[in-house]
Amino acid sequence: MSERAPPVTATEEQHDDQETQEEPAETTPTEDVEPATDAEPTPVTTGAESVVRALENAGVEHAFGVQGGAIMPVYDALYDSEIHHVTMAHEQGASHAADAYGIVSGKPGICLATSGPGATNLVTGLADADMDSDPVVALTGQVPTEFVGNDAFQETDTTGVTMPVTKTNTFSSEPDRVGTDVSEAFALASEGRPGPTLVDLPKDVTNAETDREPDEPQTPDTYEVQERADPEIVAAAAERVENASRPIMLLGGGVIKGDAAEVCREFAIEHEIPVVTTMPGTGAFPEDHELALEGAGMHGTGYANMAITHCDTMVAVGTRFDDRLTGGIETFAPDAEIIHVDIDPAEISKNIHADYPLIGDAGTVVSQLAEAVDESPQATKWRAQCQQWKSDYSMAYDTPEDEPVKPQFVVEALDEATSDRAVVTTGVGQHQMWAWQYWTYTEPRTWVSSHGLGAMGYGLPAAIGARFAADDDQEVVCVDGDGSFLMTLQGLSVAVRENLDITVAVLNNEYIGMVRQWQDAFFDGRHSASDYGWMPEFDTLAEAFGAEGFRIDDYDEVADTIEAALAYDGPSVIDVHIDPQANVYPMVPSGGDNGQFALTEDQL
Amino acid sequence: MTREQGLDGPAPEERPSPAGRRNKQGIRIDPEVEAKHEPRRTVISALVEHEPGVLAEASGLFSRRQFNIESLTVGPTDDEDRARITLVVEEPDPGIDQIKKQLRKLIPVIAVRELEPDAMRRELALVKVNAERPDQVAAVADMYDAKTVDSSPETATFEITGARQKIEAAIETFSQFGIREIARTGTTALARGTDDTAAPAPAESTANEANNTPYTQPADDD
Repeated sequence: MSERAPPVTATEEQHDDQETQEEPAETTPTEDVEPATDAEPTPVTTGAESVVRALENAGVEHAFGVQGGAIMPVYDALYDSEIHHVTMAHEQGASHAADAYGIVSGKPGICLATSGPGATNLVTGLADADMDSDPVVALTGQVPTEFVGNDAFQETDTTGVTMPVTKTNTFSSEPDRVGTDVSEAFALASEGRPGPTLVDLPKDVTNAETDREPDEPQTPDTYEVQERADPEIVAAAAERVENASRPIMLLGGGVIKGDAAEVCREFAIEHEIPVVTTMPGTGAFPEDHELALEGAGMHGTGYANMAITHCDTMVAVGTRFDDRLTGGIETFAPDAEIIHVDIDPAEISKNIHADYPLIGDAGTVVSQLAEAVDESPQATKWRAQCQQWKSDYSMAYDTPEDEPVKPQFVVEALDEATSDRAVVTTGVGQHQMWAWQYWTYTEPRTWVSSHGLGAMGYGLPAAIGARFAADDDQEVVCVDGDGSFLMTLQGLSVAVRENLDITVAVLNNEYIGMVRQWQDAFFDGRHSASDYGWMPEFDTLAEAFGAEGFRIDDYDEVADTIEAALAYDGPSVIDVHIDPQANVYPMVPSGGDNGQFALTEDQL
Repeated sequence: MTREQGLDGPAPEERPSPAGRRNKQGIRIDPEVEAKHEPRRTVISALVEHEPGVLAEASGLFSRRQFNIESLTVGPTDDEDRARITLVVEEPDPGIDQIKKQLRKLIPVIAVRELEPDAMRRELALVKVNAERPDQVAAVADMYDAKTVDSSPETATFEITGARQKIEAAIETFSQFGIREIARTGTTALARGTDDTAAPAPAESTANEANNTPYTQPADDD
């Protein structure tokens, strides 16, 4: 980020990072800190230093967290580190920021919290990372081991609470082992199928003396990842692709996490196979390409859902066939033989039976497949059919001047005003679907959202995390909803303090809009607890935080306001008063038939 | 109240519909040979790191994924760093596959295997019965090879080991005297002969096993 102070160089006094937080850095005497002539690190003396050293060894540059009693030793060790710690306003924001950092950078995002409420506040972000297989490492303070189990102050069974929502977690009980536990957690978060890991750090363990340097990040012996798929099944799958007459590729989040977008693109383009993405797979294939049918599922495009329903061969890469994608299992791609590429054997035939199970790394396996496929499928007619569906089920919408601004128009205007590599984060709800449908994504790691968990409030903290991970020339735009924004807007204080160049566009309809839409469709229009009726003025609120506030009420304000907000050098918030009656279509009702998506409410 | 008009395009009933279907397990149904997936009972053995939390992790997995577990036992092995978990599960084949794959994903789990139907399976039960008719009680105990563990003027407690069916038959027969309390361990099991139960093998081909687990018949002693 251009706005932040330049990174601390090796020759500078190591406390520089804290100056932005107005800590009296210079007055604190620091023993053992050489005037740092080279990269030779000082030996560790405590468990906490070993924890921080493990992060440094892993190449961690940023961490997101909130201080507190039991984690204080770790923060004290962090004080001497060049890792830039971002103090968040709430631990949920720390875990979301770390999650988004992981998505955009491809490296594990780090979050820290104290015991008890600190740890439980992280849980939403960990559950989100678990559902979306995002690499996150959480470090939580814990009461001293002698108090564990006695219901001590701020004691929570953190490993127990987070067990179902982490890839793995550890209660670290030995000072000599604590740094290596963190190294291992770091390796496990990104190796194989990524996910969140957690290390619980009792205060006596981090305070204890140790000179044990942590081991390098390494997964334990019991953790095996298969990289290459069985060549025989690859050969059979290749033959199936060659003989397909209605092939599609379905690219999931695993394509992006496995850095396999390029090889998937080449494969699809060489063999002219139409491409559908899942929501986490957004950006795996350029949506402006002729072969792109964009996203499928509950609010996917009509053409993607038609193609998925009528294909005879599906090359599905890095997807877990979530119910929001499949709709009813009985009617999901019922004529298709499924070639399923996934690094996690447990995803094979979990929801949809794989006729050709290909276990391995997405890029490696698709390369194997590409090598094995000699002839392109004869699918001219099918491609023409897909193009026909593209025009039959156009996403075009009306913009009557006498009605409030349509949200789709705002999303398109934001897309227009930003570069192709702009990063978009969202909350959850109608605005998320519009941001997904109407922004044209062309690059991996530019769509950052809460997919599997569907956590409202994700957008702003995710924008903060994304900002630290993104390049300086990448804009970071948070398309938020009024309800989602209200859940985590305390994060604005962080964005202002860190002077982060992010733009938040709140699509404000004064409803929990998606719930309102479902109530209209399925609950006789009874707007139980979905109609706010009143919302704070988000532009004024932003100004109170020290951010720049904007407001849009009419179409003719859209372009100029967006331009001004993007140009503002720091966090800006646009309160966009959209048509409160706007709905998200197409829509496949829960458990419905993807091919029978509704285009209007009366088709539901 | 005005409503958003939505999008244009052919209505659902105007669209072509594919002929095929899938069943609840996501398997395409061929009307000619539709595979039925009835639940079956089988034994799964897992070798795990002997460390705190492993059992909680395994049992948490079963409850949150709604796997149907009949019994779960755990105990140390000859290697002090390793323990063995033995599970009796009752699920259709896709569910049994999922149990094995999800178990393998747990970091402290070293090896997982579904045992052959002829595997040795044993359970131990303690049965405390009323001892008003001591001779008859002793005769029944004798019939099932039950060992007397404790006796008092009012009660007799027996230890019965064997396959599940034998224990159930014994309990049923003992019930004529009035059963005061029962404690059962759940099934533990080992593979026969030189066959390894669940050992850290050279990486088995999970790809081959992913879909094509040979479906075995339930053992008759189970």
